[in-house]
Amino acid sequence: MASVSIKQLDLNFGTVEVLKNLDLEIEQGEFLVLLGSSGCGKSTLLNCIAGLLDVSAGQIFISGKNVTWEEPKDRGIGMVFQSYALYPQMTVEGNLAFGLKNAKVPKDEIDTRIKRASEILHIEPLLKRKPAQLSGGQRQRVAIGRAMVRDVDVFLFDEPLSNLDAKLRAELRVELKRLHQQLDNTTMIYVTHDQIEALTLADRIAIMKEGSIQQLADPHTIYNKPVNLFVANFIGSPSINLLHGDMTGGKAPMFTFGGGKVSVKGYDFAEPPVAGNAVLGVRPEHVAYGEAAKKMPFKTKVSVDVVEPMGSDTLVWTTLGEETFRFRVGGQTDIAKGQEVTIGFDPATTSIFDHASELRL
Amino acid sequence: MSGRNIMIYGTLFVVSIYYLLPLYVMVITSLKGMPEIRLGNVFALPVEITFEPWVKAWSSACTGLNCDGLSRGFLNSVRILVPSVLISILIASVNGYALANWRFKGADLFFTILIFGAFIPYQVMIYPIVIILRELGLYTKLGGLVMVHTIFGMPILTLLFRNYFTSIPEELFKAARVDGAGFWGIYFKIMLPMSLPIFVVAIILQVTGIWNDFLFGVIYTKPDNYPMTVQLNNIVNSVQGVKEYNVNMAATILTGLVPLIVYFISGKLFVRGIAAGAVKG
Repeated sequence: MASVSIKQLDLNFGTVEVLKNLDLEIEQGEFLVLLGSSGCGKSTLLNCIAGLLDVSAGQIFISGKNVTWEEPKDRGIGMVFQSYALYPQMTVEGNLAFGLKNAKVPKDEIDTRIKRASEILHIEPLLKRKPAQLSGGQRQRVAIGRAMVRDVDVFLFDEPLSNLDAKLRAELRVELKRLHQQLDNTTMIYVTHDQIEALTLADRIAIMKEGSIQQLADPHTIYNKPVNLFVANFIGSPSINLLHGDMTGGKAPMFTFGGGKVSVKGYDFAEPPVAGNAVLGVRPEHVAYGEAAKKMPFKTKVSVDVVEPMGSDTLVWTTLGEETFRFRVGGQTDIAKGQEVTIGFDPATTSIFDHASELRL
Repeated sequence: MSGRNIMIYGTLFVVSIYYLLPLYVMVITSLKGMPEIRLGNVFALPVEITFEPWVKAWSSACTGLNCDGLSRGFLNSVRILVPSVLISILIASVNGYALANWRFKGADLFFTILIFGAFIPYQVMIYPIVIILRELGLYTKLGGLVMVHTIFGMPILTLLFRNYFTSIPEELFKAARVDGAGFWGIYFKIMLPMSLPIFVVAIILQVTGIWNDFLFGVIYTKPDNYPMTVQLNNIVNSVQGVKEYNVNMAATILTGLVPLIVYFISGKLFVRGIAAGAVKG
């Protein structure tokens, strides 16, 4: 049974359509990440699920119950916000207990739940403190605790790590993953614009753009088989290389672009290829160089424009045909600017899109 | 002491004298007897300090028909002030909270109308209000004046509270809703404890405004119910007999004492409130 299911959801602010006919099914215990750039409607969708925004049309089910017009407290959800949103005048304990007191949970039950949550989140020594006396990471732990004590089926996270510095963010990311493994029956819906968070945490990622979901799949599929140009461009840092050219159809399809001809026979086409304008996308780490490149189905010589050492690896910028082409090599490399190098790739690891529709072929 | 400091302190000194001199004249005149005042030496310290004018101003100066001093007016003013301040702030804070956090249908229109009310000149409304109060049976009664003060305070106070509540992060409000707090639960348990500074501002605004009011007091009440300011005017402007400058001065200081005390007490609270709010929570 689906834990959260959203059916044909519409949301308009005045004449602006923020969410358009959106369908989404989330399984019990799943970690789903809503990923997109700002203004794509991902936080709006989360607020709709939480009941903090009234939908214009459509329905929302949580644990099989139609909650479209229920109050947030009756939906069986807990929510964690970007700014932590802790009540400043209450102690940590008061913050954790607030929702339970509102729900008239007995005192000793409140104590038991607070004790359990604070053990899991390592915030026991902080219970008597005010939020102002806590660090950012501690505050966010308390905010997660506030959702935990409510004993809910669904956790909603609205960019919970965005206010933390990079190091703390990485630490809490792992803790969140651990927490999800501990609470394996709890569904988590997580909004972020950070693709690393999305790729590391998610069971499935929903990539959103302009109020609709572009692709809903596991991180591996999203990364390796993006359904359209937008997803291919959005995911991956450094971003994917895009080569514009023409493709022929038939039994032995060829992709021709400014830098040469590629036999794309090994490519896993969704439908038999037809001739037309196309875009070929190659991830920088799928490009081989030097000896390894010679074994690749497609190889060519390029000259190096820029070398960017990034510690663990190095990004090399070249020009292929008329287009910028990046590839990634190890951290220790002797490639220098102006040098001629042989590079190659296997068309099976690439993504080919139709030029007009921008959809994956 | 450098030249710059001399400039700064010199200027401050001159400005202070400018502001404090009238107060000085008032205080010393109120402590002099009439014979001393007749000498005409306004700035001279009293030769013989007497509190007689203060006693007279408070308990036996004549204001029109009554000769029981300002004490009656003081009580009237308190009876007008306390309910007006409490009711207007209570209603306005809930108004502001609802407008800022619960985006109900027609909220913008309601707010626009309310703010528009702040720009209509008082004079236009004086007579219609007389009729309304008369129809309600509240004309010349203290209750009527309380109502007038409450209504006239509403636009600016609502604006004040709405803007303050808008500045409180929306996520806090959302978190409280997810935690199951309702309209009043969020107001009393979340918003109210965070809004001490704005309540102090509202209290200062209302106490001084209502205490210092003269126009509404003289129009909507009768001599028995006159607030202190109207009585003060009657004492100072009474044309019979000798002008008792010392009694007038004492009466004036007495009337101004309440706003002064409010400034001194709440001014400190105000600063503390703002400082407490500045710490990020």
